[in-house]
Amino acid sequence: MVNSRDPKSTIAAVQHPTVGEAGKTGTWRTFRPVIDENKCILVTSPKARCHTCWMFCPEGNISKTRPPRVNYDYCKGCGICAQSCPHDAIAMRKEEDEP
Amino acid sequence: MITRPDDLPEEELLLSGTRSCAGCSMSLMYRTAIKALGKNTIITVPASCLTVLHGLYHKQSVLVNVIHTTFETTAASASGIVAALEALGLDEKITVVGFAGDGGTSDIGIQGLSGAAERNTNFIYACYDNEMYSNTGTQRSGQTPYMAYTTTTPHGKLEHKKNIPMIMLAHNIPYIATTCASYPLDVFNKFTRAKQFKGTRYIHVLAPCPPGWGYPTHESIEIGKLAVRTGIFPLYEIIDGKMFLSKESEPYLDPRKRLPVADYLKKQGRFKHITQQHIDTYQEYVNGQWDFISKML
Repeated sequence: MVNSRDPKSTIAAVQHPTVGEAGKTGTWRTFRPVIDENKCILVTSPKARCHTCWMFCPEGNISKTRPPRVNYDYCKGCGICAQSCPHDAIAMRKEEDEP
Repeated sequence: MITRPDDLPEEELLLSGTRSCAGCSMSLMYRTAIKALGKNTIITVPASCLTVLHGLYHKQSVLVNVIHTTFETTAASASGIVAALEALGLDEKITVVGFAGDGGTSDIGIQGLSGAAERNTNFIYACYDNEMYSNTGTQRSGQTPYMAYTTTTPHGKLEHKKNIPMIMLAHNIPYIATTCASYPLDVFNKFTRAKQFKGTRYIHVLAPCPPGWGYPTHESIEIGKLAVRTGIFPLYEIIDGKMFLSKESEPYLDPRKRLPVADYLKKQGRFKHITQQHIDTYQEYVNGQWDFISKML
């Protein structure tokens, strides 16, 4: 692989895919999404199909698992998941409050 | 065609921790679109919010090949990539996509786009429309709607939005579609369909912008849906010159089912200053737009 930082490399400008290109974007957050497993349909009924929060997350920070998990390192706290959850299972809590 | 959220492919080609704002619907649209396009894609991007999302040299936040180009040359650079792929015999395997913002499409890049469409160059041109030059701090573009506040239209823009999909229709290209970031399944289906055509394909995506439009970040999805439900942004496909309304927009052909435009305008800071007279003018414009669409069907 060509290393763009290697001065001997012939290719001048190659960028490499990196997770967290803008750093830990989780630090931007004021409110954190908290998934209530008692309300999440993926937990309460094992055969249910949902994953709406996973589909709507602009960053792909929610995993496609049962129950879904939020990647707090990079979640920017926009609140789209809480707004779009059809079962009201995601609450936005202030960062300073106890989880 | 997929109908459920969990039918979307699980593999993420957009990596976490990008530079886009919280609640950016362009980021959501892009994440869904590259899922449909797959890894064998070359994307060319002009100066836009999407350049910011891709990150600073020497890192990038996507797993597909991206070329950053100058503002007016999205379609021109895509034409060059297509010519190179044809020479190498790789044009069947690799999809070329030009992703530009509304300013890069309707104002600055339109000559390149028109030229490429006239030659029927084999690529997809996607315009994500946040209705202003959001990247540089919200200036007026050809896609800014009537009476919207931007830093260069402090009392609201006096003209209506430019209808780019109809300009593209005049180029006789095989596939044109409009979609909205609030409907990821629709975005996915339309990009998947566009991939199956040969020739120039144009997709226009409405992408609400929280800082530019002046609404809280969690309302991104709702605002996009309101744009469709009020009939301001109709979703349709034009295949070989024949128009088909998408199911999200189908009910709103009937004017009684359309929500009043005020429901959409009053939720946004950029329309804070408008009067009832402006709302009536806007409503008339939307009704006229649907009269035009009903004649095209």
